[in-house]
Amino acid sequence: MLCQIEGSRAVADTVVACRPEVVCAYPITPQTHIVEAVGAAVKSGALAPCQFINVESEFAAMSVAIGASATGARSYTATASQGLLFMIEAVYNASGLGLPIVMTLANRAIGSPINIWNDHSDAMAVRDSGWVQLFAETNQEAADLHVQAFCLAEELSAPVMVSMDGFLLTHAVEQVDVPTQAAVDAFLPPYEPRQVLDPADPASIGAMVGPDAFEEVRYLVHLRQLQALDRIERIAERFAEAFGRRSGGLVTRYRSEDARVVVVALGSIVGTLKDVVDVLRERGERVGVIGVTTFRPFPHAAIAEATANAERVVVIEKALSPGVGGILSTDVLSAIAEGKHRVATVVAGLGGRAITERSLLVLLDDALAGRLEPLEFLDLDRGVAERQLARLADVRRSGAIPENILRDIGVTGFAPHLGLAQ
Amino acid sequence: MSPAEPVKFYQVGSFAAGNRLVPAELRTVQADAARTNSLTSGHRACQGCGEALGARYVLDAAMRATDGKLIAVNATGCLEVFTTPYPETSWRIPWMHSLFGNAPAVATGVAAALEARGRSEVRVVAQAGDGGTVDIGFGALSGMFERDDDVLFVCYDNQAYMNTGVQRSGATPPAARTATTEALGPEPGNPFGQGKNMPALAMAHGLGYVATATVAELHDLEAKVVRAMELRGARYLHVFVPCPLGWASEPADTIRIARLAKESGLFPVFEAERGEVTRVSPIRHRVPVEDYLGLQGRYRHLFGADGSVARPDIVGRIQALADANIARYGLLEP
Repeated sequence: MLCQIEGSRAVADTVVACRPEVVCAYPITPQTHIVEAVGAAVKSGALAPCQFINVESEFAAMSVAIGASATGARSYTATASQGLLFMIEAVYNASGLGLPIVMTLANRAIGSPINIWNDHSDAMAVRDSGWVQLFAETNQEAADLHVQAFCLAEELSAPVMVSMDGFLLTHAVEQVDVPTQAAVDAFLPPYEPRQVLDPADPASIGAMVGPDAFEEVRYLVHLRQLQALDRIERIAERFAEAFGRRSGGLVTRYRSEDARVVVVALGSIVGTLKDVVDVLRERGERVGVIGVTTFRPFPHAAIAEATANAERVVVIEKALSPGVGGILSTDVLSAIAEGKHRVATVVAGLGGRAITERSLLVLLDDALAGRLEPLEFLDLDRGVAERQLARLADVRRSGAIPENILRDIGVTGFAPHLGLAQ
Repeated sequence: MSPAEPVKFYQVGSFAAGNRLVPAELRTVQADAARTNSLTSGHRACQGCGEALGARYVLDAAMRATDGKLIAVNATGCLEVFTTPYPETSWRIPWMHSLFGNAPAVATGVAAALEARGRSEVRVVAQAGDGGTVDIGFGALSGMFERDDDVLFVCYDNQAYMNTGVQRSGATPPAARTATTEALGPEPGNPFGQGKNMPALAMAHGLGYVATATVAELHDLEAKVVRAMELRGARYLHVFVPCPLGWASEPADTIRIARLAKESGLFPVFEAERGEVTRVSPIRHRVPVEDYLGLQGRYRHLFGADGSVARPDIVGRIQALADANIARYGLLEP
């Protein structure tokens, strides 16, 4: 049913329609609205016999989900940023145990400095955890991906994380066709666990594995991820037939077939990029966009095919691997034929900095003209960085870097330890 | 008196006595040929392991109390490692290991799933060593207690991180030598601190049932498991389990050391409900703490070559701890 609805609420309503049996919640911005709404559904009795557990940490949230999933219950939680890092040991554990937990990740930067706004640092921090990682471009897709995520997780016996941009999607109110209960029931079969804790058939789950078998166990996790590539496409097709709209899949392609410059990105920025592409296309420039919906497993073949005719590939990254640069771009590079393209990494939108159409237009003009460096930082104020570098060279105890920069740009003015008040 | 005599006397006069002296319905679960053997033979625990003994009694008693409807969750540690070297397992009950610090939360998830799936007749026991309980698992345990989740949590306390090679934990007693509190310097071994009294912390959460026990009195241990399984909500059982490897004691002394811990007053054995002590196991034959300490190499630096006390200052401070326990819990009262 079409309605004007907050992204978090649309996801919560969809999760409720998926009939989870155990939901664990620990508050962290910008994910809180989701578990609040699911909690209200449980409290009202609408989702009985679902158990909603307010835990004492994200580590416990994922651990409760592990126990519940291993006991045969459809299990869900949501987190973001520091919360994901606090549960990271259990995140790996859930995947190693092959438990089909679904988790929403409301993407947010990681501190220090503490920052509640959107980027993709959190998702990138768990890219090697063995979870399937899906990225929503819109709130409609965020809602739809959750239905597909439970389906995929339970088919594969592997956990699935649905990323949606914090605030940009979670707190945006827009029109969403929230999947109805009847439609979800018809699409998503009941959870049939592959292995379950049951007194009638005792199993030991989580045994210690030494060098004799560990490599094979990990190899099978890799194969399971590769199998997911196929299943993700099939589930997206089945979803399109059932719901009458396309959501999910491996990648989305927008005007990229004949594009000289192809931009690759994750999440909601793909929508902005489509607008920028339209502007450039009106000017006669052959530019296109590829949105990576499935980040793990990485769709190498789909990326290779989608970039096959491009001269240049620009990867927009809402994350930074310090000392390296891009993260998504290393995957893109590994997917496309060596030496065939020039690939530029553009780090953008860290900690919630707006990525504007205007900046993207300048960027893509530079890309078309071959002026992009291999690693670019969109809208970086180099003057501010240079002032701080000079300060560090001058005074050993020159104060905290974030505060110094805020003072430089006029947000705060007092610096007694430097003997200057402005 | 030779060291063997008190043990012999005890085996006649205590609950550790042979089952032939008690009515059939009071005999231990272990005396029953049809017991589960939840933790069956062939595992790789050290000779004289108190934890393996304690876990076998606890789980078989819990299995009988729940008519075989039991799921166990295990923290990382000796008990996990020595029972499940892939592809072998010593567990004959549904058993799960996830991580070191999350056993209480995993158990909460198991209980929640059972409730959601209409199978609340199946009960949940979570178990960990002292590290997984008082240190790395403490946050998760406190959360599970506070929510009153339907889990019996059992701590097998051997007072250090034995699985990683005998490092100090928050449950290591003063003056004990560990690999990170060596018997060096003017105050050798673990420093005297405030200690982390886990049973008292469990009581402070207002739990329906908290109990302590040792592997010297296995009838008592079983009875406490049975009592715990009669109740719902969060329950806590703290079992004192000597570790010959970590304590540098003779494997044959495991039971004796456990008994002396109780008889010296260093380890009070009691039950509590809703934050109040309801029953105390009195000291039968009080012994000075050096009787307990002297059997363990981890306290060797307190004794001379002839076995006499070489550090009366430190032994005196340990005796004061035992005396404080005796006064606090009324361990000498009839």
